[in-house]
Amino acid sequence: MENFTPGSALVGGALIGLSASIYLLGLGRIAGISGILASATKLDDAPDGRGEKVAFLVGLLAAGLALRFAAPSVFESGAAMTLPWVVAAGLLVGYGTRLGGGCTSGHGVCGLSRLSTRSLAATMTFMATGAITVFVVRHVLEVTR
Amino acid sequence: MSSSKNARLVTALIAGAIFGVGLGIAGMTRPSKVLAFLDVGGAWDPSLALVMLGAIGVHVVAVAVARRRSSPLLAPKFSWPARTHIDMPLLAGAALFGVGWGLGGFCPGPALTTAASGNLAAIAFVVAMVGGMTIRHLQTRTTKRS
Repeated sequence: MENFTPGSALVGGALIGLSASIYLLGLGRIAGISGILASATKLDDAPDGRGEKVAFLVGLLAAGLALRFAAPSVFESGAAMTLPWVVAAGLLVGYGTRLGGGCTSGHGVCGLSRLSTRSLAATMTFMATGAITVFVVRHVLEVTR
Repeated sequence: MSSSKNARLVTALIAGAIFGVGLGIAGMTRPSKVLAFLDVGGAWDPSLALVMLGAIGVHVVAVAVARRRSSPLLAPKFSWPARTHIDMPLLAGAALFGVGWGLGGFCPGPALTTAASGNLAAIAFVVAMVGGMTIRHLQTRTTKRS
């Protein structure tokens, strides 16, 4: 195990859980970022609660901007990826999360917390293909990134 | 706007901000850390497992409380997901998402948070991600029409 940061991982995770909890108990909604983004960009067929989803997104983006000044080390500079690589990754994430109906927050955090078998299947699947992809890239193709 | 609508918007805003801060503290906004978690055959960093555990640990309490309630605190009803059975779109979508995650080290939340910090690669990722979402959206609309 290298660079294992259990403390900050748990604290950060707890904050993510807190956010999802506020969103659920306060507004009755699932804090799935892919769904929230799709709604905010009108790329879904559910106009209900669009304003709240836009507000959530604004808060998320505001946090990113604030972290840039308050804690810039949470980000990495110097993109090690080429543009085509980044675009391919983004396309797959965008398409896949909509086809699959969720991402790490929607399925992994919210879905598993609800003991959803759909979310369990989804989470196991994207963890598996994620690990396989990294394995192929790093240890088979030996692309350094 | 009514005050209850204002309250909902502010609540959503605060929830989003806490989410973003949580992602940063957790290390999710660092692709190298995410990829190290997925790199089971290499220098494995299990930190992200604890991120998920920490999040679920807190959120299960909220789910338990929510299930006992007839409505949320500020909204008229809960929007619980409707689908229950595992189908091909779920599995195929999750599989594709995982590949993209393994390639870029970003999932939607961290990508947006990092893009907001001005990171050009993350901005490009977000643009492409919205592109992928658009392709899927157009695909579903075409299917509905035919």
